[in-house]
Amino acid sequence: MLRIPCPFCGPRDHSEFTYGGADVAYPPLDADREAWFEAVFLRDNPRGPHREVWHHSSGCRAFLIVERDTVTHAIGSVRLAHGPAADALAGERE
Amino acid sequence: MTGFRLRSGGVVDRTRPVSFRWDGTAFTGLAGDTLASALLANGERIVGRSFKYHRPRGVVSAGVEEAGAVVGVGRGARHEPNAKATLVELHEGLTASGQNGWPSVRADIAQFNDLFGRFFAAGFYYKTFIGLGRGTAQWMFFERFIRRAAGLGTASREADPDAYEYVHDFCDVLVVGAGPAGLAAAEACASAGLDTMLVEQDFALGGALTGAAEGVGMTPAADWIAERGGPRDNLRVLTRTTAFGLYDSNVVGCYERVTDHLADPDPALPGGRIRIVRPRRVILATGAFERPVAFGNNDRPGVMLAGAMKTYADRFAVAPGDRVVLATNNDSGYATARTLARAGVETTLLDSRELIGTTEIAEEARAAGIEVMAGYVPVEARGARGVTGLQVGRIAGHGHARPETTLPCDAVGVSGGWSPAFNLVSHRGVRPVWDPDLACFLSGPLDGVGVTGSAAGVWGTADAVAHGEAVAAAAVEALTGRRRRRKEPATGGWRNPIAPLWEVTVKGKKLKSFVDLQNDVATSDVRLAAREGFRSVEHMKRYTTLGMATDQGKFGGVVGLALLAGALDQTIPETGITTFRPPYTPVPIGAFAGRARGQHWQAVRRTPMHDAQAEGGAVFTDAGLWKRAWHHPETPAESLADGYLREARAVREAVGMVDVTTLGKIMVQGPDAAEFLNRVYVNGFAKLPVMKARYGVMLRDDGIVMDDGVTWRLGEHEFLTSTTTANAGAVMAWFEELLQTRWPELRVHVASVTDQWAGIALAGPKARETLEGLLAEGDVSDDALPFMGIVETQVKAGGGTVPAMIARISFSGELAYEVWTRSDWGDALWRALAHEVRMQGGAPYGMEALGALRIEKGHVTAAELDGRVTLEDAGLGRMASTRKAFIGNVLRQRPHLQRGDRPQLAHFRPAEEGERFSIGAIVCAPDGVRGHGEGWITGVTAAPALGGWLGIGFVRGGPKAWEGREVVIADPIRGRETRARVESPHQYDPDGSRMRA
Repeated sequence: MLRIPCPFCGPRDHSEFTYGGADVAYPPLDADREAWFEAVFLRDNPRGPHREVWHHSSGCRAFLIVERDTVTHAIGSVRLAHGPAADALAGERE
Repeated sequence: MTGFRLRSGGVVDRTRPVSFRWDGTAFTGLAGDTLASALLANGERIVGRSFKYHRPRGVVSAGVEEAGAVVGVGRGARHEPNAKATLVELHEGLTASGQNGWPSVRADIAQFNDLFGRFFAAGFYYKTFIGLGRGTAQWMFFERFIRRAAGLGTASREADPDAYEYVHDFCDVLVVGAGPAGLAAAEACASAGLDTMLVEQDFALGGALTGAAEGVGMTPAADWIAERGGPRDNLRVLTRTTAFGLYDSNVVGCYERVTDHLADPDPALPGGRIRIVRPRRVILATGAFERPVAFGNNDRPGVMLAGAMKTYADRFAVAPGDRVVLATNNDSGYATARTLARAGVETTLLDSRELIGTTEIAEEARAAGIEVMAGYVPVEARGARGVTGLQVGRIAGHGHARPETTLPCDAVGVSGGWSPAFNLVSHRGVRPVWDPDLACFLSGPLDGVGVTGSAAGVWGTADAVAHGEAVAAAAVEALTGRRRRRKEPATGGWRNPIAPLWEVTVKGKKLKSFVDLQNDVATSDVRLAAREGFRSVEHMKRYTTLGMATDQGKFGGVVGLALLAGALDQTIPETGITTFRPPYTPVPIGAFAGRARGQHWQAVRRTPMHDAQAEGGAVFTDAGLWKRAWHHPETPAESLADGYLREARAVREAVGMVDVTTLGKIMVQGPDAAEFLNRVYVNGFAKLPVMKARYGVMLRDDGIVMDDGVTWRLGEHEFLTSTTTANAGAVMAWFEELLQTRWPELRVHVASVTDQWAGIALAGPKARETLEGLLAEGDVSDDALPFMGIVETQVKAGGGTVPAMIARISFSGELAYEVWTRSDWGDALWRALAHEVRMQGGAPYGMEALGALRIEKGHVTAAELDGRVTLEDAGLGRMASTRKAFIGNVLRQRPHLQRGDRPQLAHFRPAEEGERFSIGAIVCAPDGVRGHGEGWITGVTAAPALGGWLGIGFVRGGPKAWEGREVVIADPIRGRETRARVESPHQYDPDGSRMRA
């Protein structure tokens, strides 16, 4: 059972979360087809650290960017996917 | 002479005899016994039969590695097969029996298999039955006989009568195993103020120390254990609790046996508990398994592990016989010899180490009255049904033994060294490391997990205690920063080095020597596997089945891989060890289910109008977790087929009402709400006027249709979006994902309000009159409430008035409204509107009629929008805006998704009246009923207005491509083919005049 430290809820079981795949930078809605094809269909399959999206779907509903090692399953950094909110939270904690 | 109870000693209660039945015979044991110790005390030797040859089996261990005494326990629905007698706690009335023997394990007629043993070597079945010429047909004929003869216990066919539950535990440190190292570690952690849990699979604490004469330092064993295992505020001690798995983030799965050991358990108690422990640190003090040595007939009842003999004598006051020969290659055999000698057992100790004879340890043993034979090894056990003697010999050149004399004896104890039980660390994928000095694998390192005691290769009791304290100090420092480091004692700790000994062979003589006692894997099978090319230890395991029995290789696994290494002429670390996986020991399947069985398997969702509909006689069906009315029989005798057609005709001709509460509803609020919806939906929402509704379709990133629904604009910055029932959760998560990960700049908040609103769709030519009867105020005339308009008003319900929102939306194709109110008033709204509907000669309708109406109207649902369908396929291509960018717009324009010959939405009508076809049937060209055909059917109904049988689905190129041509609708499962016409899906009221009336 992975335990993911949610910035709002603290460490929680992965069964509370929904896995969202790799953290992908999606292109603008009017970008060309190649850019969208790459974002939607092409994925790396790294051995080692992997930046990925987890949705705390049975918790605070926050989308998180989690760094997870695909070999050891060790969880590295966890932050809110919503950039401004992540910055605000970091400011509050300082 | 066989086993017997010693006159004194042990931690059994001699004042509390316990009666139990074994294979139909009554026996008496003592409180504190296991089934194994009680059977040994009663002189029972044959307690099982082996898997393949049906050779007699006795008790070989005193723990989870037991490979001989595998028995059936309990009766009826509570019968547990393949229980290890060494773990079964004796209780009054316990019933147990031997397995795999007929008529009984003592007199098993299938033992003749043993005579043909050479035919049953590894791979026998594959070679004999599989392959060209011999054929699988032969195997299929013989299989049932073979399966009956070869097998372990039989599971009960009755439902498990026990309840199980889950417990979630949190602590600073979890210590697994309450032997000397575990108790010392738990004590040290608790003393440092840490919240500590200690779990022990046994019903007694102390591990190997239980009942031991040695004690710890000057403290007697029992006192030392009691001092540390006593309860206190920050130390929770759980016995009968096995840590069965170590998972990611160091979460530990434990199984606590709650009532197995009770003669008359409180029915309110669960049979067991899965405890999911989330500690900050883990300390594993899981002990070590003593290894056997392979020699001739080493599976005879009476041959057991030397350490097990010590346990039976120390803890249970049971001696294995009057005369015992021990065979060892390490110092641990001496402690066993001293224990037996002290108990008055005539003890001979063979030590394979030639030079041991002059050492201190041998001198001490001789002084205790033990005959020490240095340089001797066991060659072959004598006696067919149990040991009567042991032929011994000396290792000569080329590693073979030269047989010498036969020593008469009742039992043989063997120690081939010890293998640390690092199974839990292995669960995490950590590879163990071979230690050549200790002749064993040691655990590799793992973050947050400390391994201590004999599990870490620390053999002596005093060293184990010191090691446990040191590992605890490291945990304390990691968690509190307080530095109280202690020096860890070195691993090992024996006075004389171990001399590895895996098998004793005699030149020119075939000995029957076993490595896996349950699966009858002999040393010759391991060598055969190596000769036939199974060089990987994992392949050898699967080919020979070594380690695949219920002990999972705990008994003979390491011996087997050492023999494989020898056969391949390579080192043990080169050969490696098979990976251990959870569970460490078997856990009842029912325990994993916990309370989630029967009606508690999943939640049931009922709408606020459920009871009102049920009172009216509605029959319900499942839609995900929801219960939805399927149909509303007019009389109890009315069939579904008659009922739904009557309900649908009521809608077409008068008025009907249906509960639509289950639709997903999402409130979208904020200054950028319109912009957000504009990006999500293919059609425009920015210019939707306030208090107007609009049907919308959304795509996935890849351009495939995701969901559809109606969105109401309630204010400049406020929209109420509805989704299909099935996609409510997915669409909500999708909105959140877009707002949080892609468009953080949008000032939009979304909230699920599915449970907050209750709604009814009211449809039919008389819908307006019906609604007017319900209104307490306001106006729903065509001027006041035009098509797709919304009004906020009050309706008469529950003896007063309640606020309602009414939108003029049609799914059925008729003049229709949706009436929504707060969930609390849903029941009153249903009852009030049902009264009005009946006054107008209408009827409530259910899912089946809803489906009939929408199929006739040609509206799509989740059955059509199945994740493969584009806007164009669904006939919705014209909805896509060309003036804005939206999700999926780029990739939906991929050439393959724009081809005109893709399957497109269509209606299907049987060519001959009275013919029918079913959902899921394949649409084929008349000359081509094969492959995937030309399309498929997603819905069928008797058409309420159009008459006859009507299907909806997809066909290549859509209706236009099939003008003037028939299709064949093939249903190969039912063996049916129906000729049909392809028609436009928009043939009921194509200009929409009825819904705009």
